[in-house]
Parts: sequence; structure tokens; C-alpha cells
Amino acid sequence: MALKHKDLLGLEYLDRDEIETILDTAVPMKEIFTRDIKKLPTLRGKTMVNLFYEPSTRTRTSFELAGKWMSADVTNIATSTSSVAKGESLKDTARTIEALGANFIVIRHQMAGAPHLVARTVRASVVNAGDGRHEHPTQALLDLFTIRERLGRIEGLKVAIVGDILHSRVARSNIWGLTKLGAHVTVCGPRTLIPPDVSRMGVEVTTSLDEALAGSDVVNVLRMQLERQKKGLFPSIREYSDLYGLTREKVKKCKPDVLILHPGPANLGVEITEEVAESPSAAVHQQVTNGVACRMAVLYLLSGGGKPGEVAA
Amino acid sequence: MRLLLKGGRVVDPRNGLDETRDVLIEGGKVLAVDATIDAEGVRTLGVEGKVVVPGLIDMHVHLREPGREDEETIESGTRAAARGGFVAVACMPNTNPPLDTGAAVRFVVSRARETGHVRVLPVGAITKGLAGAELAEAGELRRAGAVAVSDDGHPVMNSGIMRHAMEYACMFDLPIISHAEDAELSAGGAMNEGYWSTRLGLPGIPAAAEEAMVARDILLAGLTGARLHIAHVSTAGSVELVRRAKEKGVAVTCEATPHHFSLTDEAVAGYDTNTKVNPPLRCASDVEAVRRGLADGVIDAIASDHAPHTVEEKEVEYELAAFGMIGLETSLALAVTGLVRPGLLTLDQLVERMSCGPARILGLDWPGIVPGAEANITVIDPDASFLVDPAEFASLSRNTPFAGRRLFGKVAATIVAGKLAYEAPGVWPTR
Repeated sequence: MALKHKDLLGLEYLDRDEIETILDTAVPMKEIFTRDIKKLPTLRGKTMVNLFYEPSTRTRTSFELAGKWMSADVTNIATSTSSVAKGESLKDTARTIEALGANFIVIRHQMAGAPHLVARTVRASVVNAGDGRHEHPTQALLDLFTIRERLGRIEGLKVAIVGDILHSRVARSNIWGLTKLGAHVTVCGPRTLIPPDVSRMGVEVTTSLDEALAGSDVVNVLRMQLERQKKGLFPSIREYSDLYGLTREKVKKCKPDVLILHPGPANLGVEITEEVAESPSAAVHQQVTNGVACRMAVLYLLSGGGKPGEVAA
Repeated sequence: MRLLLKGGRVVDPRNGLDETRDVLIEGGKVLAVDATIDAEGVRTLGVEGKVVVPGLIDMHVHLREPGREDEETIESGTRAAARGGFVAVACMPNTNPPLDTGAAVRFVVSRARETGHVRVLPVGAITKGLAGAELAEAGELRRAGAVAVSDDGHPVMNSGIMRHAMEYACMFDLPIISHAEDAELSAGGAMNEGYWSTRLGLPGIPAAAEEAMVARDILLAGLTGARLHIAHVSTAGSVELVRRAKEKGVAVTCEATPHHFSLTDEAVAGYDTNTKVNPPLRCASDVEAVRRGLADGVIDAIASDHAPHTVEEKEVEYELAAFGMIGLETSLALAVTGLVRPGLLTLDQLVERMSCGPARILGLDWPGIVPGAEANITVIDPDASFLVDPAEFASLSRNTPFAGRRLFGKVAATIVAGKLAYEAPGVWPTR
């Protein structure tokens, strides 16, 4: 089945079937990595514009490769070099990009809801590549894909999300995706970085790392933005690392075959030690590879692919 | 001009009247109120089935002139007011330049005389430039025509300054209107802090940001004996604080807006920037507390906080959008639809909250619909409904979250000092 939406603005707006369709579609997409010639004709003649209002290497490159491997024409707009620097509004920028013939607009923006504004303005398909602290749906999709690949299922798993939940779009998209697919989610971090009423999103909340890790199948470690300390949200990196840093010792609290995820880029030695990040339990690099496959699946399905009887790749 | 309102239900809590009465108006004044009045050579309006009430007052609006005449002018804003059933509006001082001098207040008074459709009651600034640092000249503001002082839009963060402002305002019997917001607690916020801010990933403004300042200002009013009016209370905690202060005998009053008794923060889902307002739309229990406060009289007035903004200021990222929504042309209907029809407020109480209450707070001479009184009257059809269509608004701005809603309570006529400031098209049966 295809997606029921013009855009991918968040996992909040997708139902379980749609999420599973994307994950299923990403499986054949990943096979392309093993090929000598990484090219599918799927999006030939389509144009994709990456509109990034925040610096990003990982996500932007991943989208760029996803588009290129499916033969789309891809161009990147970084806002410091565009007319945005001259004060052009987001709406106007979106209209301009559409006038240039874009079929896909991939947007990363520091403010929640910015992709929604673009999606309302243009006919092109808008893909949210991270909006403020709201959502980062393709990151959560690649996390789900990686969990399924490594552990074979998502339903019934115990997943801990650790770190700055308040400011994390990765956390929100993961919460939507994981709970819709039947996982038990616990969020964990200092009280100052837990958003109010987050339990109403269907998760357990704890400030104790030991409690969060106990018996967990998956731990998703969030990046700690070091500048939060200046805003008085926690006293020091040292104490944060002491209370919430994932070390080899802490990992022992989890299930023996625990899977450790990190959206990157990691502050090694702060939220996770290098030893843990590079251990066989961690899937940090596998996540990056899977990211391209999931984004290919999203672009393919948004372009109208995935209708009954169609073969993905 | 002589005007006869024939066969309407006159609801006037000031004079304990709720009867079918004819009202004769002449020379700007009410000449007679009687069971039957027959007069020759008078324009007669058949208002059978309609409700005739003392003119409504919106004690909290932003008319944007001087400074932002692209958003609203005194002319357009007062035309919107007349269309919304208001015979008078109190306009806030956060214009450019702000109303912090006698000259600025006199400008508004004279522009209102030249271009206004309803009475304009300027509110002067508490501090120079609304900067919260030095007191504005309240005596001069009073002489120029200010009915109250407020730094609305900006909280007076310095408690020492607020204390002195209250003491000083006492000398001129000016009420102090407090925009209660602890700017440190609300910093960076775009919506109410709670489940929906968490879900939408928008920075939140906690209820405590408002309540902390409501509590402080109540304490200062107790200390100084000033008349304190809290603008736009939006949380259950604020209502409770005002309730307890009134029980203790502190001279405090407060108002609530139609959006705070009609919408919850769930309305923000979808990121429609027309829902962005300060104080923000709160959660269901707050809305319920505001509605109860209006019903039991802890909240004295309904005021719109009419805040016009251009499309360019609103059609942007949610966090970048200007705070505020317009309300003059939907306020009465939201009150009728949300409070009167469900039985929370009687018509009598509605008139109390939208006319007599604001008049009392602002110290206006407001005798109601009695012979000899200035004829300030609103004629309402509470059972008529309409679809909110911003394209029909008299306001220059369109920023309302209520577009497309069906509301009850249409204004049939607004009479200001004996003159028809507004009459709804096609409302009078031909006779």
C-alpha cells in the first residue's frame, strides 16, 4: 500500500500500517548497497531540494544519496548562502523552490511546525528532516528499521530513550513510532530535561538511569547539547555524565543482547563512552546505512510508488 | 435625531429591569422607557424578539494608532467595535510612540473625536516607554483623558517600580491594569506549557508565569491600597488567587477573554499561528475555571484583547509569529454561544460582565437605560446565528482562530450617544 499523505511531516500522523509499509519497502532498498552500480531509475526526471536551515552533514548527505541513487536531480540550499539571509520568508522561499520545479522539498528547520507551513504552501511533497524539538521522522524510521533488523521485531520490546527528552525531536518521533508498533517505552533524563505530561504520549518516565535500563532490549542514547548547561538546565557535564552516561558497567543492567542506538553525532565520553559506542551491542554505523534505505523508501512511497502489485526495487 | 426602539426586551441589571419596553431617544439621551411609547416623526425600529441592553464596553483592545496603521486604525478599530456591539473601547498604550505622555493621549482622544465610531477610552502607560524603569506622568495622563494605566504587553518586572506605580496611581484614583507575566518564566515560550507543548515541540509558557505575578500584584495592591485590575486571566490558579484576594477585601478586579473561555491549547495542533496569543490558550481545566469564574462573578469583565496583526506577521513559523488575535467582532457571539446558551450566564450577568462591570472598573458614569442618561445602547438578537467570515470584518486585520465557526448572538444595532453607530444590514422588518 502507498502512503495516504502528500507529505511526511511526522510519525504522529502515520498509522501502524503506513510505518510498516515504509520499513518493508526499505528492505529491498538496502540491497542496493551491495550492488556495484548504486542506481535505480525510480525517480528519474524528479527534482528534490534539500532546504536546510540548520547545519547537518549526516541527514543532508543521507537524503542526497537517497535521491541520487533513485536518479532524482538533487540540489541543496544552505540558508547562509541563500536569499533567506536577505530576509526572505519561509513561505516565499518555499514558493520559489516550487517554481524551480521541485517535486520534493526536504526541510530541516530549527522551529517546530516549519515543514507544516511549507506543506500548506506548496503542492510538492514535503519531507521533515527535523523541525525544532518536534519531530525527526526519518531518524525514527531508521531506528525502527535497525531494531527490526537486529532483534527481529518491535512489538513487546522494552526500549529506553535516555538524555535531553525536552529538546529532542528524535525522542518524540521515536515515541510515536515505537508506541504505534507496540513497544514499551521509558524516557529517562534529568528532571529539567523531561517535558511536562510526556507520560500522556504513552511512555514511562524516570529520572533514574538504572531503572530505565533494567531489562531493556533497546537503549536509544540522545546527544547532549553542551550549551544547555549555560541555561541552567543541569549543573555540569561531569555530573550529567556521571548520572546518565552509558558506560560498560551500566550496559550490564540491560538484557544481554541489548541493542544500543545513538542518532549521532555523539559526544563520546559524555552521554556514551567510546567503548560502548563501538561495542558489538551498538549499531551506530549500521544506523547511518539504514538511514539511506529508509529515506529511499519514503521518497519512493511519496512519489506514488508502492501501489498494489508494484515492485519496489 | 429621534429614535424609538419598539417592543424589545430591555435587560438592564443596573436598574433591575428585564421587561418588554419601548425606549425613546432624543438629543443623544434616553427620553423615556415605558411599556408603550407612541411618538410622531420618530425613526422607529421594531426590535421585537431582540434584547436591548446598556451599551457594551470592551475594556481591552489594541487600536494600533499611532504607529501601526497597517494593522488597525482608530477609525477601523472603532468601526469593528460598533459592528461587535461595543459603544466604548479602552485602548492599550503599546502604540508607537506609546501612550506615556499627555500629548500622546491627547492625540488618541482627538483622532477618536475626528474618526471614531464609538467612544475611545485611552489607557496610559505605567512606565515611560513601557520599559518598566521610570514612572510615566500619571497626573498628566489622567488630565489628558486616560481612564487607567497599564504597560500591557509588557509586565512590570521590577516589584519596587510596580509598588510605587500603585501608590502614585492612588492619588488620581486610576486603576492599574496588570499584564501579569513573569518574563523569566515565560521567556522564549510560544504556547501553554503542558501536554500539547510537549507533543508539538513548542517552547512552553507555564501557568506559574502568570500566577506568580497575579499573586505579587495582589500583595502589592494590599500593601498600597491601589485599585488593581488583572488583565486577561487565563489559568485556574489566577482565578483562585483573585477569588481569595476579593474575600480578603483587596481592591482587585479582573477580566477574561472570549478565547480563553472558548479554546484550549489543543487548538495549536496544526501550528495555525492565529492560535498564538499571550497569555496562551490554556488546558481544559483552566478553561473550565475561567468559565466558572465568569459565572460566579470572580471575573468581573469579558474583554477581547483585540490584537490586530498583518498576514505577514502571522504567516510565518509559529515561534516567529506575533502574539495576539482580533476579537471585537466575535466577542459577544462567543459569550452568547459559549456562556449564555449553555446556561452558565444569564443575559443579565452577560450585560454585567460586558457593560456595567467594565464601566465600574474604569470609573465611568454609567446609569444604564433610564431617562436622562446618555443613550448608549446595544440591540442583540441572541438567537440569530452567523458564520464567522473574516472577509466581512471591519477590522483591517484577519487574525482570528474562529473563522468558519457558527456562532449565536448577532448585533442588530449599536447606539452611541443617541446615534446609530452600526445597524445590521436588513435587520429591521419593514413597516
